[in-house]
Amino acid sequence: MSIELIVVLLVAPLVGFLINGLFGKWLKGSEKLSGSIGALAVLVSLVCSIIVFASLHGGAAPLDETLYEWITGESFAFNIGFHVDALTAVMLLVITGVGFLIHVYSIGYMHGDEGYTRYFAYLNLFVFAMLILVLGNNYLMMFVGWEGVGLCSYLLIGFWYDKQSATDAGKKAFIVNRIGDFGFLLGMFTLFAAFGTLDFGTIFDAAEADNFQKVFGTSTLVIATLLLFVGAIGKSAQIPLYVWLPDAMEGPTPVSALIHAATMVTAGVYMIARSAVLYEIAHTGQVVAWIGVLTAFFAATIALTQNDIKRILAYSTVSQLGYMFVGVGVGAYASGIFHLVTHAFFKGLMFLTAGSVMHAMANELDMRKMGGLKSKMPITHWTFLVGALAIAGFPFLSGFWSKDEILHSAWGSSPIIYGIGLVTAFLTAFYMFRLIFVTFYGESRVDSDVASHLHESPSVMWIPLAILAIPSALIGLLLGWGGHDSWFHHFTKGAFPDAHHEASGNVLVFMVISSVVGLAGIAFAWTRYSKRVPSDEPTGAFHRLLANKYYVDEVYNALIVQPVKNGSHFLLWKLVDNGVIDGIVNGVAALIRFIGGLLRRLQTGLVQAYIISMVLGIVLFLAYYLFFT
Amino acid sequence: MALEYYLVLSALLFTTGVIGVLIRRNAIIIFMCIELMLNAANLAFVAISRSLGEATGQVFVFFVMTVAAAEVAIGLAIIVSVFKHRQTINVDEVNSLSG
Repeated sequence: MSIELIVVLLVAPLVGFLINGLFGKWLKGSEKLSGSIGALAVLVSLVCSIIVFASLHGGAAPLDETLYEWITGESFAFNIGFHVDALTAVMLLVITGVGFLIHVYSIGYMHGDEGYTRYFAYLNLFVFAMLILVLGNNYLMMFVGWEGVGLCSYLLIGFWYDKQSATDAGKKAFIVNRIGDFGFLLGMFTLFAAFGTLDFGTIFDAAEADNFQKVFGTSTLVIATLLLFVGAIGKSAQIPLYVWLPDAMEGPTPVSALIHAATMVTAGVYMIARSAVLYEIAHTGQVVAWIGVLTAFFAATIALTQNDIKRILAYSTVSQLGYMFVGVGVGAYASGIFHLVTHAFFKGLMFLTAGSVMHAMANELDMRKMGGLKSKMPITHWTFLVGALAIAGFPFLSGFWSKDEILHSAWGSSPIIYGIGLVTAFLTAFYMFRLIFVTFYGESRVDSDVASHLHESPSVMWIPLAILAIPSALIGLLLGWGGHDSWFHHFTKGAFPDAHHEASGNVLVFMVISSVVGLAGIAFAWTRYSKRVPSDEPTGAFHRLLANKYYVDEVYNALIVQPVKNGSHFLLWKLVDNGVIDGIVNGVAALIRFIGGLLRRLQTGLVQAYIISMVLGIVLFLAYYLFFT
Repeated sequence: MALEYYLVLSALLFTTGVIGVLIRRNAIIIFMCIELMLNAANLAFVAISRSLGEATGQVFVFFVMTVAAAEVAIGLAIIVSVFKHRQTINVDEVNSLSG
């Protein structure tokens, strides 16, 4: 593993972006070429990632090298440098692996779209930004990547910019993320003020040293970690900033799969795992875990009543991200990242299958208008089923291992968190299988004109589905067998501080409980939805509350958006802009006009009037000259 | 003859010119009054030059005459052009630059 390899890994998607972005006009005629360039760029990164992974797995030391100095000042220096350890390698594999498959899938999915080359340009740019985020060896580079992925997310959510709802969703995502990013920025400033640098290695070493805590106390770190967590809340869609993610489903479905399920939204989890040392010292993990578990539960309850396939998956993503925060919050960093990996696969898979359904159903997303798709789209059905079983914690599938590890660790930290997590696991299984039963089983409720050309997706789409289904099912077993002694834990051992929160209790008991809960959720969904379709009208007050997503959007609208709008309208526009600013400008103009009105009387247009004033002037000067000097 | 006579005559001529410029309304008369002022200055130049026994003042007179000739040429052209447009050379009526 050398720094050149990392540079190639990083730059390949950038090259893809430049080609598709700059020469897209000429590539438009050939979709295949444009899409292949995009996919190839990520494939190069994937190969490099595999080499990196192999060398780390072979026992190579983590790499921490500076490529060049970026900004230097009298008392500070920011470098472009890379830190590549086991955590990075895992993230690299997820980003480039899932990313590559989604690029391939997109070649088919985006077929015939007006902005085909633009799409691949954005997607490549996203991969590039995400790689910067995970490769950087300082918070500034992480922030650059952080903002880069945010930008790409905005561009891709609003990809179909002639659709009002899409541009609105893009703006919402961008603005809500700004709030979180502001926290991240303040966290960075705090760290810089305390340590005088933003390098991971230097900060972590200094924070662990005794004299730092004597000089600054841990309160600095508490503030810094909480501010950084605000950034994570925004980026990873946790309470109270999760509202942008469900709306982000306006983007093309592969984008939802890659950015809003597998990679970008997990950046917050990665950031906390990367800053594990700080969270350990500051003991702010509890806050992270509580926010995480509440989000997990809250989002899962909303998902129970939604009828839009992608929205269910979106709330499910919010919920699963909550689990990851529980993992990193209670100090089980490896477990949190493990869930990140498994989730990337099965949630990416489910989004792609949802895209496959949309593709066949002429962009219909309401599952009440589906039903019985199993016979028409067997591959889509089976792959979705694999993903749903995995997320529901079906024994020995991926989600079972990772979620169980998190719950197990949570038990050691707080039984209440464990309890809420367990209930959420039940809800997860329930809403996922509600989705499956309503969409793929039962009577077909498809409109007749759509039904006539209902078809399985082309091979370029279903092959990535099939490929993704395999790791979605098995990766948990391969990496997670043995719980806290698993391969994954051994591999990532060096990347995290020693967890002080040793999980207690018998692993097997937890596994059995989790499995039973998951299976119960599936069974309950079967009893309720195998025959029945969700009613159009919510029944009962609680149902209505859930169906309207707790009215959170409405509350935010009333408490934040409208006051800001009104404040802008009446205070800033009418009072400050129209009153004060325009008043000053117009006032100056009026003053000049008034003075001009007086002075213009001098300009009579009569030549002799001018001459008189000239003569008088000369006489005055002469008089002064003669009599006063 | 003493220098004073020349200077008094020059001053009288100049004052006549100034008053003419100020009170007459006919552009051509005003013009002639300006010439009068110039020539009053010329007279003073020549007289002082003579009294000092130095040629500089006389050289100045040539310059003034040259400038006056050029000025007459342009001034008369303007007056002709104004007259063509307005059928008048009364300066009180030529006041479109009034503010």
